[in-house]
Amino acid sequence: MARYEVRIAGFGGQGVVTAGYVLGQSACLFDGKNATMTQSYGPEARGGACRSEAVISDTAIDFPKVVKPGLLVAMSQEAYLLYHEDVKEGGTIILDEDLVSPSEEKKNIKYYKIPATRTAEALGNRIVANVVMLGSVVSLTRMVSEEAMKKAVEARWPRFSELNLKALKKGMALGRQLLEKE
Amino acid sequence: MSRKVLTGSYFVHGDWACAEGALAAGCKFYAAYPITPASEIAERMAVRLPQVGGAFIQFEDELGAMAAVVGASYAGKKAMTATSGPGFSLMQENIGLAIMTEAPCVVVDVMRGAPSTGQPTKAGQGEMMQVRWGSHGDYEIISLVPSSVQETFDLTVEAFNRSERYRIPTFVMVDGILGHMYERIEIPEPEEIDIVNRKKPTQTPEEYLPFKADEDLIPPMANFGDGYHFYSTGLTHDERGYPDMSIEVQDKLIRRLSDKIRRNEEKIIRIEEVDVEDAEILVVAYGIPSRSALKAVEQARAEGIRAGLLRLITAWPFPTRILEDLSSQLDAVIMLEMNYGQLVREVERAVKPTPVTFLPKLGEEPHKPDEILTAIRRCSG
Repeated sequence: MARYEVRIAGFGGQGVVTAGYVLGQSACLFDGKNATMTQSYGPEARGGACRSEAVISDTAIDFPKVVKPGLLVAMSQEAYLLYHEDVKEGGTIILDEDLVSPSEEKKNIKYYKIPATRTAEALGNRIVANVVMLGSVVSLTRMVSEEAMKKAVEARWPRFSELNLKALKKGMALGRQLLEKE
Repeated sequence: MSRKVLTGSYFVHGDWACAEGALAAGCKFYAAYPITPASEIAERMAVRLPQVGGAFIQFEDELGAMAAVVGASYAGKKAMTATSGPGFSLMQENIGLAIMTEAPCVVVDVMRGAPSTGQPTKAGQGEMMQVRWGSHGDYEIISLVPSSVQETFDLTVEAFNRSERYRIPTFVMVDGILGHMYERIEIPEPEEIDIVNRKKPTQTPEEYLPFKADEDLIPPMANFGDGYHFYSTGLTHDERGYPDMSIEVQDKLIRRLSDKIRRNEEKIIRIEEVDVEDAEILVVAYGIPSRSALKAVEQARAEGIRAGLLRLITAWPFPTRILEDLSSQLDAVIMLEMNYGQLVREVERAVKPTPVTFLPKLGEEPHKPDEILTAIRRCSG
């Protein structure tokens, strides 16, 4: 893996920046890779357009931002419309199927639809939708190891690790199910 | 009590690294007024300073915050504040007081879109001339420009050391991207971190003159309350610190305040050079854009173009002489800034008559490596 660029986008309040942080931390501190995470958001605390970008690499990272993402995680229709064109050929888009309906699906892009928010609600709190997404990212892309991601989730939510680890496990399972169908 | 230096590996943002760098350097006082994208420095210091026996106070505004930094410095503490463009403008008057009364202190400016309120959540590099000339009168300051989270830690330590050594406000200019960007840092063991403390008087309190400089042009500094007579004023003052309106005293004081830095420029200036030795095309950059430049220079070299990168680590004093010396070997210079033309003027002055191409960036996104590579190719073709 030379350089993997990830963009996670949605609304403020969905945990988009936190997801980027946990992904970067899992790669950087627990998988021994290099990672950067940058963020972009508006003045609103909730509801505004929001994105985070992680670059993960085996070598030192010069340019720390995303140029052509290999993976887009879309948590809102607006984010999907804004960024899906940027995904590079052969890249992947993972979307929350209840929040995003893709216009047309391009041939050279893999689309995976995950009921992240619905799954989180079934677990008792929609706030963990971002962690469900992270779980599916791990099983669909293998960008970071399951072990590293588990450690990063525990490190981020020491007091709420049980719920978050459940969400992560569920997300991993959803991702695996989609892979088995292929 | 928690540790002062948090030795270990972390995945953190530039603001966090800045706060921990300050603590490692021995900062004991933080005067806060929150502002995006610098608030996380205050947030971190609010948690950490009480753990290490320091004090954190949030003020009514940036004027009060900067005044308190000067006061804490007089009292013998290593003191700092952090802000962004609008707050930086409000601090200028008391920054001038710190310069005039030679109060060591560190001011961090996490730069966002400007002027005025500008773009609070977007990044810029818009205060590169303001940091040099924002307060009135003739003076020199030192300003450092990190380009990674690790360097934000390192240069914040360095900023305290320099402010203590030269008794001067020292500035860490962090672009808003870096302030909020996460990356790995390694915090070393405390004994591996060099710490400089201000020179204390060796005289008795009766002999001590607070503004009588040694041969290095820097006066030893007694703490308020240590029994030394310490009179301090923003007015032009003699060696006792008393106001003096004579031509001679103004001339001597203003020269000394500048010369204590000018004479030490070679020691103060820091740059990083990559492939500069045989470069014909030189890219000059600082902060996050310098990382794009590094990639572009690598790509240009792979194409056989003799490109090099000069990355500023100190923006002020500016490395004019280094650029002057390089200019004879250069066909072209490309300057990158996330503003509409600030330090590029210094570059143009230094490399004359070598042509300088300026690539400005406004509104969050830094230069992409490809854009810089295109400019390098154009210069070489």
